[in-house]
Amino acid sequence: MTTPVSETKLEPLGERLAARFPGAVGADTRPGYSGWVVEAARLIEFATFVRDELGYDLLSSLTAVDYLPEGRMEVVYHAYKTTGGPALVFKVQVPRVDPVEVPSVISIWPGVDFQEREAWDLFGIKFIGHPDLRRILMWEGFEGHPMRKDWKEAFYEEEVKPFKSRWPDGNHVYAEQKNPYGDNIMFKPGFDPEKWTPTDPEELLYASLKNYQAESKDGIKTDQVLVNLGPQHPSTHGVFRVVVMLDGETIVRLKPVMGYLHRNHEKIGERNTFLLNMPYTDRLDYFNSMSNNWGYSMAVEKLMGIQVAERAEYIRVIMAELSRIQNHLVLIGTLLSDLGAFFTPALYAFEERELILDVFAATAGSRMMCNYHRFGGVVRDIPAEALQKIKDLSFERLPRKIEEFDRLLTENEILVSRCKGVGVLSGEDAVAYSMVGPMLRASGVPYDVRRADPYGIYERFEFDVAVRYNGDLMDRYLIRIDEMRQSVRILQQAIKQIPAGPIVSVKPQYQVRVPAGEAYGRVEGPKGELGFYVISTGKPTPWRYHVRAPSFINLTALEKMCEGEKIADFVAILGAIDIVLGETDR
Amino acid sequence: MYGQGIWKGLKVTLTRFLQTYWEDLGWLLRGRKRYYSPEGIAHRSGKDNNGIFTVQYPEEDLPIPEEFRYVPFLVYDEKEDGGKDVRCTSCGICAKVCPPQCIWIVRTSDPETGRPVPVPTEFYIDADVCMNCGFCAEYCPFDAIIMDHDYEIASYERNLMNMEKLLKPASYYKSIRPQNYAFQEEARNAKEAAKAAKADADNEAH
Repeated sequence: MTTPVSETKLEPLGERLAARFPGAVGADTRPGYSGWVVEAARLIEFATFVRDELGYDLLSSLTAVDYLPEGRMEVVYHAYKTTGGPALVFKVQVPRVDPVEVPSVISIWPGVDFQEREAWDLFGIKFIGHPDLRRILMWEGFEGHPMRKDWKEAFYEEEVKPFKSRWPDGNHVYAEQKNPYGDNIMFKPGFDPEKWTPTDPEELLYASLKNYQAESKDGIKTDQVLVNLGPQHPSTHGVFRVVVMLDGETIVRLKPVMGYLHRNHEKIGERNTFLLNMPYTDRLDYFNSMSNNWGYSMAVEKLMGIQVAERAEYIRVIMAELSRIQNHLVLIGTLLSDLGAFFTPALYAFEERELILDVFAATAGSRMMCNYHRFGGVVRDIPAEALQKIKDLSFERLPRKIEEFDRLLTENEILVSRCKGVGVLSGEDAVAYSMVGPMLRASGVPYDVRRADPYGIYERFEFDVAVRYNGDLMDRYLIRIDEMRQSVRILQQAIKQIPAGPIVSVKPQYQVRVPAGEAYGRVEGPKGELGFYVISTGKPTPWRYHVRAPSFINLTALEKMCEGEKIADFVAILGAIDIVLGETDR
Repeated sequence: MYGQGIWKGLKVTLTRFLQTYWEDLGWLLRGRKRYYSPEGIAHRSGKDNNGIFTVQYPEEDLPIPEEFRYVPFLVYDEKEDGGKDVRCTSCGICAKVCPPQCIWIVRTSDPETGRPVPVPTEFYIDADVCMNCGFCAEYCPFDAIIMDHDYEIASYERNLMNMEKLLKPASYYKSIRPQNYAFQEEARNAKEAAKAAKADADNEAH
């Protein structure tokens, strides 16, 4: 694990970097760590080199780590090649003295926009050169940067779970008694919520939109209209808000506002022990708890250095693919609903989804909050009747129903005329904006983690990476149908091949020993690449637990896709990204 | 031809509309109940269903799979004299593995010696905080805490479950999870038998 990622070229990457950046780039030699440590002053130069000369064009993840005892902040970058292969990980270390400043790489990878804002919001790292460095998940009046290790919540109980008050003399206290209304949030000194009027944060938001100047063609100066959509609107699929600047009906600029469902999942994750995080990952993208579990358990398994039981590998694939099918069904159903095919497709989709959820309930014990994976395997075997049901579904019902779904609306002229050529995102833009999953593949980039950087046992299955080339709404709809067909193919093979045997490779324990180090587990979730970046210091709880959420990062390109489109199409463009606010806001 | 795609789609909805009646008619003619019968519910949530999917809750209930989990309960074995033998030893593992930390246990200590007694004085589960993950039941070494099947627990007050509300007999456990129960009983009996055999061997040796 300590050996850095090496290039398959003639000269190893280490020598190449040493020659190019003498003294500024070194291998990360901490035990359990990998990648390169780059001097902050030469980051931009290094990033350009990585993208243009080494070919790592997709910057998948950017996150920060607070090393409080060492007095250091670190920004971690995971870059990939869209042609496949492992990551190039590089890090920038800066002293933990305010202001913590790191150059922004937004000019090289525009897709880091929201991720840098998130790191600023939660860690207080100033990205020099970022054009719009505002808070993103917390509100503008918020004091402090909650992911810093020395920040404590108002109802702080203890650094880590289990809390000592629960046992052996746990006389129950209601949570609300410990943090009565008014005392349960912290404000800036001198800030009184009773007297506060919402000027400051909204001003900032609107100002970021107003710096756009429209040129009128005929010399007549027309006002542009600011429209707020959401956060309470059914078309936004949750509590998501956008502020749109309109020129007539046409969108000229747009800014998403999020964080209404923010609960600081990552801070909770650092209070939890490794195992306790598993059910919390269910609640990220609550449609696909099976995939979420997989990403997290993969990261921890990498740290622990354990193998997954053979049968469990198959079960994981079966569950992940079932999850993908039901996610795409729901997405298509609601997307068509957004487009005006009112509820017939949505309800048809929910019927098939219901059958898949029955399988989850019989196997994992819950329809949506599955909590099914354990380190080294899964929690229980598939019951015989559930396995029979999976067989029936994947050999008989689902193929038939997917075709029926295809017949229902794919050729419908009204749908086609609303979708063709709307919200176009070119392949280059999609890669630059760090788009992942079906969104990227609909723009003509056949990048699928299952093939590009195979995990689990996906290498054993025959399937095609679905790809479409126009990058418009129609392709985003069609690619989901393509992917469902491929998932059925994988399911059929997995069911035929599944071996008997144990379902977990290590003794089930509630307190696992995780050696110090870092690991990044990523899976191809139905919404795109879902990554978990976990750092262990050898203690029972992770030092850092970061979720690279596809539906959060895919929103970065929303403005790009909407520019010049009609406001009526905005809802469909947003719907096709397939966001879930549980994951976006975390 | 323009409009062909629309017709193609409408054919799907029309087929499904007609199938609904066709299927109902089929069941009627064969004299079987498609609604309000376990057989009908099983069919409606099966692979061959082409008609109505809906289950009319609360008049009809979907069958609950054995592994289904909801807010946990505590198991007690019924003694022959009608007393309750609570399986919980208040070891605290469930409170430690509870992700939202909603389990609060008061351990009993002997009033004279002050040493812990293996039975809880109080056991609270804050059911409004519980996330139904099932870790407590999974890691309990005494099979004393089990995930319930009763999901109809809506109330006007906060759902704080104390011992009185939590305790349910082993027979209830057997009724909701027969396979798990049988499996665990077998393991327990094997353990007891091994223990007895060891005790016998020790006696003979003395």
